[in-house]
Amino acid sequence: MLQADLNVILPEIVLALYAMLALVVVAYSGKDKLSGPLTWVTVAVLVLVALMIWGRGDAVDAFGGSFRADAFSTFSKVAILLSAAAVLAMGQEYMLRRQILRFEYPILVVLAVVGMMVMVSAADLIVLYMGLELQSLALYVVASLRRDSAKSTEAGLKYFVLGALSSGLLLYGASLTYGFAGTTLFSGVIAAVGEGHAPLGLLIGLVLMISGLAFKVSAVPFHMWTPDVYEGAPTPITAFFATAPKIAAMAMLARLLHAGFGGVVGDWQQVLALLSLLSMFLGSIAAIGQTNIKRLMAYSSITHMGFALMGLASGTQLGVQGMLIYMAIYVTMNIGVFAFILSMERDGQPVTDITSLNVFASTYPGRALALLLLLFSLAGVPPMIGFFGKLYVLTAAYEGGLVWLALSGVIASVIGAFYYLRIVYFMYFGKEEAAPLEAGRSPVLATTLAVTAAIMVLGVVNLFGIDTAAATAAAAIVN
Amino acid sequence: MTFAALAFYLFAISVIVGGLFTVLARNPVHSVLWLILAFLSAAGLFVLLGAEFVAMLLVIVYVGAVAVLFLFVVMMLDVDFAELKAEMARYMPLALLIGLVLLMQLGMAFGVWEASATAEAARVAVTPEGVDNTRALGLLIYDDYFLVFQLAGLVLLVAMIGAIVLTLRHRTNVKRQDVLQQMWRDPAKALELKDVKPGQGL
Repeated sequence: MLQADLNVILPEIVLALYAMLALVVVAYSGKDKLSGPLTWVTVAVLVLVALMIWGRGDAVDAFGGSFRADAFSTFSKVAILLSAAAVLAMGQEYMLRRQILRFEYPILVVLAVVGMMVMVSAADLIVLYMGLELQSLALYVVASLRRDSAKSTEAGLKYFVLGALSSGLLLYGASLTYGFAGTTLFSGVIAAVGEGHAPLGLLIGLVLMISGLAFKVSAVPFHMWTPDVYEGAPTPITAFFATAPKIAAMAMLARLLHAGFGGVVGDWQQVLALLSLLSMFLGSIAAIGQTNIKRLMAYSSITHMGFALMGLASGTQLGVQGMLIYMAIYVTMNIGVFAFILSMERDGQPVTDITSLNVFASTYPGRALALLLLLFSLAGVPPMIGFFGKLYVLTAAYEGGLVWLALSGVIASVIGAFYYLRIVYFMYFGKEEAAPLEAGRSPVLATTLAVTAAIMVLGVVNLFGIDTAAATAAAAIVN
Repeated sequence: MTFAALAFYLFAISVIVGGLFTVLARNPVHSVLWLILAFLSAAGLFVLLGAEFVAMLLVIVYVGAVAVLFLFVVMMLDVDFAELKAEMARYMPLALLIGLVLLMQLGMAFGVWEASATAEAARVAVTPEGVDNTRALGLLIYDDYFLVFQLAGLVLLVAMIGAIVLTLRHRTNVKRQDVLQQMWRDPAKALELKDVKPGQGL
């Protein structure tokens, strides 16, 4: 029995063993001198594990039903692994040049990824919590990796304190749920809850758990940490925060709600709809005043989480499918934009000020065009792939009976388009700058930017087939 | 009143008193001592429940390690608690409001609390008949909860790596002991023998 169970978590075991092995080998040999090559090896391992998971589509339960590998977890894990690998590869040169590439960084990222993989497969409240903590603890550490900078340490500390608070909320909710159902297994909880409406005590537990997870996806009103952490953390690490952990937390929320509370959709639907509405509007409006592009991306991520939550709020299989497609597209767009932000520099120093992009298009027309495509896609302008992501969640909300939410989503995305288009305006029609922005020479960043920009346009044809994959994934958890 | 009931009330009251004075004590060292009292009384409550292993853990881990660590931190860090309290007073009304709202919600929740009909049956007996609870815990942790136990190990590994990454600094001008170098030292190179003639010195 244990043999079969271990086979199910083989990808997680491989990654955890790799992390421990790399830690020991590097600590006893070259230490930080080896961190450059170690990053590339880690990228290769992450991609290989993604390929290994790709082939495993069948639904299997392990460890007495507390861990579940199915099409849903496969979809999320592949997205998590690939985005983590892309972000590691992108940040390597940037961190090496600024001497903040410690050899522990790729190892901590791998351990965080193990946590995320456990999160998306968790079918038990205890396993869910352990995966979440493994992920969060590694993220707190990498947030303050540049320990001599006050902003970076502040980011780490803020993230840690608020993260601990959110864990407390989640655990309290979980204990109330256990008190009601007598078991922590999702399968047991859904049987105990039944159909219709949840009693008040359980409802409070459910709301507390959703609040705890809303912290992790930075949905309004639990978003306060996001701008400061995004700004304070080193840029490659910000790029990591904006991608893989968001998929993991969203996927975990989806599985918890559908596999554990699928019978009382009406009870959590309104909570998610409220979170979604607030996130979309606050993210769009607060981003307008930002001058730092990292803070702007923080508010942008809050808005996008609002849209992804809209998919979940519909409470249908179509909604989960829409959320998965939206997250996959969001992560691709973010990787592209962060590849651009990482290459922004002046005299070798990183620049994050938006006004520094003035007349960027006249010196680097190719890069400016790529960023234009990405920003149009983020704004949801029709020919780009980002539009289809929004279309899926809006359709899901409409068909789920949340017409008002879908309408508000359209309004919020119009407001949000303003600050994306403002960057485009600066690039093409801005005032002449005294010291123009340079765009680095990193081939990795240039390639990533070009590839993601191409995806924004080429994806129009068939979304690279992710819609069918997301449909199978959604069918695995919604019943 | 039976002995068990008497012991329960004794321990329960001392947990509450200990917790209260942890918050109220003016001297932070006294706070930690009150906290230790709360831990010890809680251990007594666990013994009454028949969970002697958890009681021992509470005494060994919380009192023996965590509370003593607190004591060290409180004594070594020069924290101005008066200033912290003044800061706290500014946010007190808001904190009280949030606390009150939460308390009311919990009151509502527990007032109409009903567990699901299947909850009692789904709940697994922690200690099966005829197995003492240290053994029962061992069976659970290493068997049923194997995955969770290993994940907890990984969390601790991350905590260790994190502590090292954030605090370890390699200072360059510090002399360190190199055992191999000491062992392979050649006396012929390090010592010079001189024959000192009487009355003349060197």
